[in-house]
Amino acid sequence: MNKLELQKTANEIRKSIVSSVHAAKAGHPGGSLSAADIYTYLYFAEMNVDPKDPKKEDRDRFVLSKGHTAPGLYATLAEKGYFPKEDLLTLRHLGSYLQGHPDMKHIPGVDMSSGSLGQGVSAAVGMALSAQLSKDDYRVYTLLGDGELQEGQVWEAVMFAGHRRLDNLVVIVDNNNLQIDGDISEICSPYPIDKKFEAFNFHVINIDAHDFDQIKAALDEARATKGMPTAIIAKSIKGKDVSFMENNAAWHGAAPNDEQYKQAMEDLEKVGEALCQK
Amino acid sequence: MSEVKKIATRESYGNALVELGAKMDNLIVLDADLAAATKTGTFQKAYPDRHVDCGIAECNMIGIAAGLAATGKVPFASSFAMFAAGRAFEQVRNTVGYPHLNVKIGATHAGISVGEDGATHQCNEDIALMRTIPGMVVLNPSDDIEAKAAVFAAAQYEGPVYLRFGRLAAPVINDHPDYKFEMGKGIVLKEGKDLTIIATGLMVAESLEVAKKLEEEGISAKVINIHTIKPLDEELIIAAAKETGKVITVEEHSIIGGLGSAVCDCLSAHHPTPVFKIGVNDTYGESGPAVALLHKYGLDAQGIYAKVKDYLNQ
Repeated sequence: MNKLELQKTANEIRKSIVSSVHAAKAGHPGGSLSAADIYTYLYFAEMNVDPKDPKKEDRDRFVLSKGHTAPGLYATLAEKGYFPKEDLLTLRHLGSYLQGHPDMKHIPGVDMSSGSLGQGVSAAVGMALSAQLSKDDYRVYTLLGDGELQEGQVWEAVMFAGHRRLDNLVVIVDNNNLQIDGDISEICSPYPIDKKFEAFNFHVINIDAHDFDQIKAALDEARATKGMPTAIIAKSIKGKDVSFMENNAAWHGAAPNDEQYKQAMEDLEKVGEALCQK
Repeated sequence: MSEVKKIATRESYGNALVELGAKMDNLIVLDADLAAATKTGTFQKAYPDRHVDCGIAECNMIGIAAGLAATGKVPFASSFAMFAAGRAFEQVRNTVGYPHLNVKIGATHAGISVGEDGATHQCNEDIALMRTIPGMVVLNPSDDIEAKAAVFAAAQYEGPVYLRFGRLAAPVINDHPDYKFEMGKGIVLKEGKDLTIIATGLMVAESLEVAKKLEEEGISAKVINIHTIKPLDEELIIAAAKETGKVITVEEHSIIGGLGSAVCDCLSAHHPTPVFKIGVNDTYGESGPAVALLHKYGLDAQGIYAKVKDYLNQ
């Protein structure tokens, strides 16, 4: 998939995020939208996965450690063909398999249940260790929020991964700078994030989370990096491409009403149209 | 008493893992800087490549175990009960229990018989915590034979299992040819008609002694060993309650939420019967030699006997 196709796919995924959260009347659009380009690149260009065989043994694994941005993951999985896109509108509904947070038991393509922050990264480290122990080739990717870095367990996991030289592991931090209560640097700053990962023996790459060239370059570099895990600190815009949600912590965990939904979809349509002009 | 062979169930855990390691290539033993104490060090010597010391980070260890299980390994995550069930409770609940992953938790140093380390390390709450997690199997073996059998059964079973082991050397009581461990099935160790003593773990041997003493006085006590606290052998417990009319539970655990509570949950629903719970009352432990502590807290045969007599004389 070329860059323009990736951009168009990410735009479709953003529309699905907004639609599903609107239909759910609850959920986390801000961090789903900020990570949409990363999700897109991972599932459409990077990972060895097959939606027709979601459990194939040699697949690359993805663990959404920031599990609350499940709408982004589900939209991506649906776009990739793991399940019908119309099911996204059942998100968080009673009886739907699309639970508020990822549920590996019931959702095709979800490799680990997550949602309690700090825990997914440990599970991802366990998967990477597993591959290292049995000399399997699959790679493991995990996406964390920047606010999530406040959880001590993240650093337990990162210390272990660095110590064990898990070079099949890529930790991506969606650095949108906002958490529920506000600006991460005002609440309890995790900065400098890159230096922290370096100190834990990670290869660290800083990128713009919305630039597919940079995402590709970073993931290629991670693949080529031997003897240490890679951390990609992806500077992002929370609520990306929905004008009134951008850089606004209030949209961390709120659903748009009907009017806001209309506005959001118009914003995303415009982005999509602009891409078609290219 | 001195001729009775005694082995701490944590030793049994380490030995059983070594035996299993030879048969299961995908068995991985995790520890959190307590390999010498949890006895997984024995496994480490035999299979260094399959022993992973996670350092002092129990929450991360449980997450790593989940990741291993999700990719086809059978991890045994080992630490003291206080840290495995206590500190890492939410990790066990959300990342192991909720996805029903094939993780085994080997928790040693349970109860007050930890001894000198004192209250911070004496976990009397682990059974209560683990029992509330949907789908979690909770095993609390009574001696070396049963502990090894429990480890083998846990390895065969697909799903999360919590195994509780002790630090103190425990008398071997199941050393006979017809001993059979079946997950979820209690074992009647002695028949009786006046009351039923239901015991678990280290308290099984003590309860057998109590029953012997009662027998000498003409009181006939049935003794049941419940090594599987969840799923509980409800059929056996209800039948015993019907048979004897009185039930006493004995555990080296808080009387809140453990075996006693599980038995009460069962009987109150199916055959309301008075139950007298013996265990650690709503209190912390303290430092001291294990045997002296069990005595002080009324959890040796002498103390249990006294409490049973008081109850029967009420």
